[in-house]
Amino acid sequence: MAANEYYTRMGDGKRVLMTKDQILADIQAGSADAADMGGIQALDDNDVEALLEIVCDRNRTVGVEPGKEVPLTYDIGQLDFTGDNGNSGNGVDMGRLEAALLHERALGADTFELAHSDYSIKPVKPVISMEMQTMEEIQNEIVIPYFYGAMPNMGLYYAPDGPYGNPADLMREFKIEEAMDQAEKSAQALARDIEYVATKIYDAGADGFNFDTTGAAGDADAVGTFNGVEKLRKACPNAYINVGMAGESVMGIHGSIEYDGQVVAGLYPHQQCKLAQKAGANVFGAVVNTSCSKSMAWNLARAVTFVKACTAVSGIPVHVNMGMGVGGIPMFETAPIDAVTRCSKAMVEIAKVDGV
Amino acid sequence: MAVSHYMASGMGGIRTAGDLVARMEYSQNMKLKDAKAYVAQKLDLDPLEIGDEQIMRDKREELKLGVVTGLPGAPRGIAAKMNIEKLLGIKINSCDKFRQMMKN
Repeated sequence: MAANEYYTRMGDGKRVLMTKDQILADIQAGSADAADMGGIQALDDNDVEALLEIVCDRNRTVGVEPGKEVPLTYDIGQLDFTGDNGNSGNGVDMGRLEAALLHERALGADTFELAHSDYSIKPVKPVISMEMQTMEEIQNEIVIPYFYGAMPNMGLYYAPDGPYGNPADLMREFKIEEAMDQAEKSAQALARDIEYVATKIYDAGADGFNFDTTGAAGDADAVGTFNGVEKLRKACPNAYINVGMAGESVMGIHGSIEYDGQVVAGLYPHQQCKLAQKAGANVFGAVVNTSCSKSMAWNLARAVTFVKACTAVSGIPVHVNMGMGVGGIPMFETAPIDAVTRCSKAMVEIAKVDGV
Repeated sequence: MAVSHYMASGMGGIRTAGDLVARMEYSQNMKLKDAKAYVAQKLDLDPLEIGDEQIMRDKREELKLGVVTGLPGAPRGIAAKMNIEKLLGIKINSCDKFRQMMKN
């Protein structure tokens, strides 16, 4: 390695050597891309300089200055221990109580959550009593805020898994209005299921509900979730509600479906957070996706730019999503710790997030 | 992933006051700075100190807020959360449900 080179990463996690000038150019390009796509401000010179310093740090890991620590919110619950590699899980079978307490007492978790093995709202319905029983049991032992977590996952409402027509199939047959109609009906069913599952689990003592990957099935998924959150907030005024998104921009599978008079398709984090707050969320989980073919510097600068614009306007705390493939972190199952710690520090110190 | 984030930027949950700050963000929509200031004031500490394991270990034991090690006799679970309710001036759902189960 030459004296003017630095070890850094690509968006797929591969280690590469780059000069400081190359890293600086990628930071500026990544930030400019976010500014262009989102219609937001690019990072200023001070932010670019701070980000350059973080990426070019010669140490293997980095961290925030003392006093700048933030609380962490988790997704996937105990499945990070017990799940298969589809959930990036370790495949270690254990009880959900043990997994929760290990996160609290061994891993420094500030919050945690209970999860069904399918991690989706719909399949929880038939086993809700079991989930309530487990929630009651774990709440007796745990101290940190303990949520129930699940994905809205509106895809499960479409054929062949659900009762409604699949918009992707219908659109291929040029049945556009029918596709939109089926998406709207699915969104209504999703909102009803959210209300049912979330109010039941709150009755069992849950601190609240974590909605993970909102909008993964497109704009109707996001609208269904926002409407479900609204119902939950009305039924449980004191529930802790985290609305985490699936992507930096809501996909317009429907195209014109609205929430609160606002077309949801194409909204970016600084716009999404306002709808989440309106629905009744306490915390918004901003997401920015990683491009595998770009450098970590490019991805991180782009993600920080989007999230900084979000934290600047959000009326509720923002906990940025920073798992594999989001928040500047490489799209790789065992994300390198040099990359994770750099992204974590940058989000806290430059994007000014309230949590991760 | 969890360990990397904790080492880089996490508060550390009940190792410090991370759970308390999270509760203020979630229950009152407080931004980070306000949540830390609120918790620090309730603990009679500086915001810098609420993320310090050496200070918070004794503070949590003294105030019976739940500690990270297996300490016989120290409250955990509902008992610790009832003390957290009083400290922070908030209601915690699981404590409410527990009280509702009691026969007066």
